[in-house]
Order: sequence, then structure tokens, then C-alpha cells
Amino acid sequence: MTALELESVSRQFVTPDGGSYRALDSVSLAIPAGAFVAIVGPSGCGKSTLLNIAAGLVPPSSGSVRVDGEALSGLNRRATYMFQQDALLPWKNVRENVALGLVLAGVASADANARANEWLARVGLSAFAAHYPSQLSGGMRKRVTMAQNWILDRGMLLMDEPFSALDVHTRQRMETELLTLWEAPDGYHGPERAALLRGTKIVARPFQGRDRQERKTVVFVTHDLEEAIALADEVVVLSAGPASHVVARHPVALDRPRDLFELRTSAAFIDLYRSLWAVLRDEVIKSQRNA
Amino acid sequence: MKSSRASATRNGVVLAWQIAVGAIAIAAWQTLVTLGLLDAFFVSRPSDIAKRLSTWVVSGSLWGHLATTLEESLLGLTVGAALGISLGFGFARSPMVARVFDPYIKMLNAVPRVVLAPLFLLWFGLGIWSKVALAVTLVFFVMFFNTYQGVRDADKVLIDNVRMLGASERQLVRHVLIPSALTWIFSSLQTSLGFAMVGAVVGEYLGATRGLGYVIAQAEGTFDTTGVFAGMTVLGVVVVIVSAGVSRLERWLLRWKA
Repeated sequence: MTALELESVSRQFVTPDGGSYRALDSVSLAIPAGAFVAIVGPSGCGKSTLLNIAAGLVPPSSGSVRVDGEALSGLNRRATYMFQQDALLPWKNVRENVALGLVLAGVASADANARANEWLARVGLSAFAAHYPSQLSGGMRKRVTMAQNWILDRGMLLMDEPFSALDVHTRQRMETELLTLWEAPDGYHGPERAALLRGTKIVARPFQGRDRQERKTVVFVTHDLEEAIALADEVVVLSAGPASHVVARHPVALDRPRDLFELRTSAAFIDLYRSLWAVLRDEVIKSQRNA
Repeated sequence: MKSSRASATRNGVVLAWQIAVGAIAIAAWQTLVTLGLLDAFFVSRPSDIAKRLSTWVVSGSLWGHLATTLEESLLGLTVGAALGISLGFGFARSPMVARVFDPYIKMLNAVPRVVLAPLFLLWFGLGIWSKVALAVTLVFFVMFFNTYQGVRDADKVLIDNVRMLGASERQLVRHVLIPSALTWIFSSLQTSLGFAMVGAVVGEYLGATRGLGYVIAQAEGTFDTTGVFAGMTVLGVVVVIVSAGVSRLERWLLRWKA
């Protein structure tokens, strides 16, 4: 089943000098339910615009968007969105931020708080429930944001360079946490959880043949090819802007669960990287010439 | 995190210096008058002012005037805040209205309030309401501009995130726009409170039967500089105490800020 389908989607913006800028040009893309798809492209290629269109935050100038087979009008209520910037409400504490989506949906506050507590335990932040976002580190804020998104249990997760502001090591740890949540929706417990939190090595429970349908569909936008390959089932390469379009789609046939601490040096990974970089490199060069 | 003991010591040092500066200024004033370098008729002397203050406190005549001034200030602050916040919010949410009224708001804000005082006396009488009105004209604009800015400045990403999490327009206002505006409003509370007191005192000064402004005006009418300085001292002390309270309130309300 197709979770997200873009058909000849184009988007123009009015520039400050009154002209028009064509960010996306006739992008067609079908993403199967339960897939983890990464979208890469040079900066300014309209990756974020594509995601905003999938979220319903920005309407396409032409073309159509279908979510789970239905035409999208208004906001995409089957998805949550992890933004590049911090999007936690600074005046709400960690627990209130995690519970926010439930509260907005009218869940009684006792129930919402109880479920938020469960999620805080899963991302290892129980001790910080009463803290405010400004009192947390960047990595902690990302974990709160993941819990805030995941608690709603919508089928689709749109992510716009969510970890780009983090340092390399924190970033790798967040990627691991993301994959853990995504690969094992029921979570890891006990010693596995503890090992995960120590950040030594991902100790993944043997993958129990979980049906792909139960996983969320993830659309992950990044400019980092390495991150894209490490996380995704499929990498989509967008051309340099203006008038970005899909130049390549490449499946990533790496086993799951993936050990991100070792994966990047494996031969299969390096082969994939080489063949995808051959495509992306040309677009990056074009984008730098245009800039 | 800095050790709290070090910061406590620093606070102690600051307080000691603050007291020292005040004591030196008062001692210099007293000495200059005693030596005849300054004429007590024009500048009074600290010892006389202290005597006058204690007379006011002992006789109890001070409290009625003080209560009147505080009542007017508080009413001015409340009414001005209510009007400023609701109008600021409305304007921020409807850009068309904001554009239409923009020049009028600017014109009204440019009117010197002292000019309005006689009008308010005419309209609202010698009682507290003419002073409240004057305080309102001062507080309103501070609150209005801060609310307007606060709502307009609400972070686009926060708005998008909350909408993606399922917020209706009403929930968006409640969970994002109001808190965002409140941070601006709280930060301007000190200014607003000061303006409210200025409004009340100026109003009393120009025509009243009670209040600190009235006391000062009466003293000036009889060239009683001691009375004028005593009145000013009371005002100053009240402002310092109230603004310390407001600072604590502000810190508590904005405790989520780093």
C-alpha cells in the first residue's frame, strides 16, 4: 500500500523583488507504507518544501498529494513533523510538551500525563519531566521531540534534518534512538535499554519478523548522504534548485537492525555511498555554481 | 553552574554599596545645608524631612493618601492592561484593521498626557477616576505595543509544530499565541507599573482632594519644600518596594526562561 503519493507536484514562490521562483518542478514520488525513505539533495533544492507539501503546511502550486490513497486537503492529519529547529514550547515543561498532542486531542490530563510518563521512560528522560526545554541539552530536546511525535502514534513521520544542529556523536546516538523506536515499536527494555542508553553499542533484540505494516512510514530529509544511507530503506536524490526534480531513487539493501556504530565502515555501506555520491556530487557542483 | 554562595556574597556587596551611596548622599546634603552652602528654604534638609515623615506616620495622615494613589495606580494598570492586551491581540490577528488604525494609534500615543489631564478632570471629576483615566492612557500603549509585537513575533516553527500536533485555531491561540505575548507583557510590567503611578500622581498634582500628588502640590503651594521632599521620598520608597515585588513575580512567571 502507498502511504504517500506525490504526482507531478510543482511549487512556485513569489520572490521579494516580485519575480517567481520555481522550487519544485513536477516531482512524482510514491512511498510505500512502513518504509523509511530519505530524501537528499544539495542545500536550497526544495527538500523542505517537498516535506511541507507532504505535511499540508504548504499547498502545491500544481499536482496532487495523496495520503493513504486519499487526496490531501489542509493539514496532513496522518503525520507528525519533526522540524530542524527546536519546536518544543518553551513555557511548557518536558512532560507537558510530550503530552501536548494528546491534550489537544481532548485526552483527560491524568491519562495524557500517564502516557507521557511512559514515553519519557522510553526515551530515558523520566528524571527530567519537570524541567523546561531551556534546561536540557540539544540531544535531550530531540528525544523529547521524538516522544512528542511518537505519542500520537500516527502512521507517518516527516523529518526535516532533525539532527543537523547536533554534534557528531550526539547525532549518531539520536539516529540510533530513532531507528530503535522505528524498528521495534514496542521498545527495548531491561538490559537492552540500559546498554542503549550507555551508548556503547546498539543491542538490538533479535528482529522478530515484525510486519512492515506496523512500522511508521518515515520521510527523512537530510543533506547528509551518509545519514541517509545509514537510516533509510531507500534514498531519493533531488536535483539542485531551482526547479528541483527527482534524479535518482536507490534502494538500500542493508540488514536490519543496523548497528550504526559499525555500519559506516562496512563494505556494503561504502559501495552504496560511492554509487549514490556519483549522482549527488553532480547536483552539489551545480548548486554551488548557481549560488 | 556558578556556586550560589559566591552570588550571595556578591549580592551582599552590592547591597552594602547601595546603602553606602544613599548614606553618603544624605550626609552630604545635611552637611551642605548645615554649613550654609545650600539654603534650607529651597532644598530643605534630610533631618527635617525625616521628622516630617515620622509625623505623617505617627498621625496616620500618610496612609489615606498613599492608599488613594495605590488604588488609582492599580486600577489604571488593570484597565490599561485589559484594553491594551485585548486590542493588541485583535490587531495582531487582523492585519487589515491594524493597517487602517495604525496612524491613529501613533497620533494618540504622541499626545502628551499632561495635556489630557484637565480634560479628564472635566469629564471624570476631581475623584479617583480622572487619575485612573490618565494612568490608563499611559499603560494602554505599553501593553498594546507589547501584546501586538508578542503575537506577531510568535515563532513560526512553534505554530507549525502545534498545528501538526492537531491544534485547532482556538488551541493555537491558547497554547502558543497567548503565552508568546505574555512573555512580552510580563517583561513590560515594570514599565507599565511605573507609568501607572506617574499617571496617578500627575493627575492628583493637577487637581485632587487626596493622594500623594495632592500632598506634594499642597506643600508646593505654601513653599513647604520639606513637605515636597517628604512626599517624593514616600513615592520613591513605594516604587522600589513594588518593583521588587514585580521582579519576583516576573521571575516566577518567566521561570521557564534559561
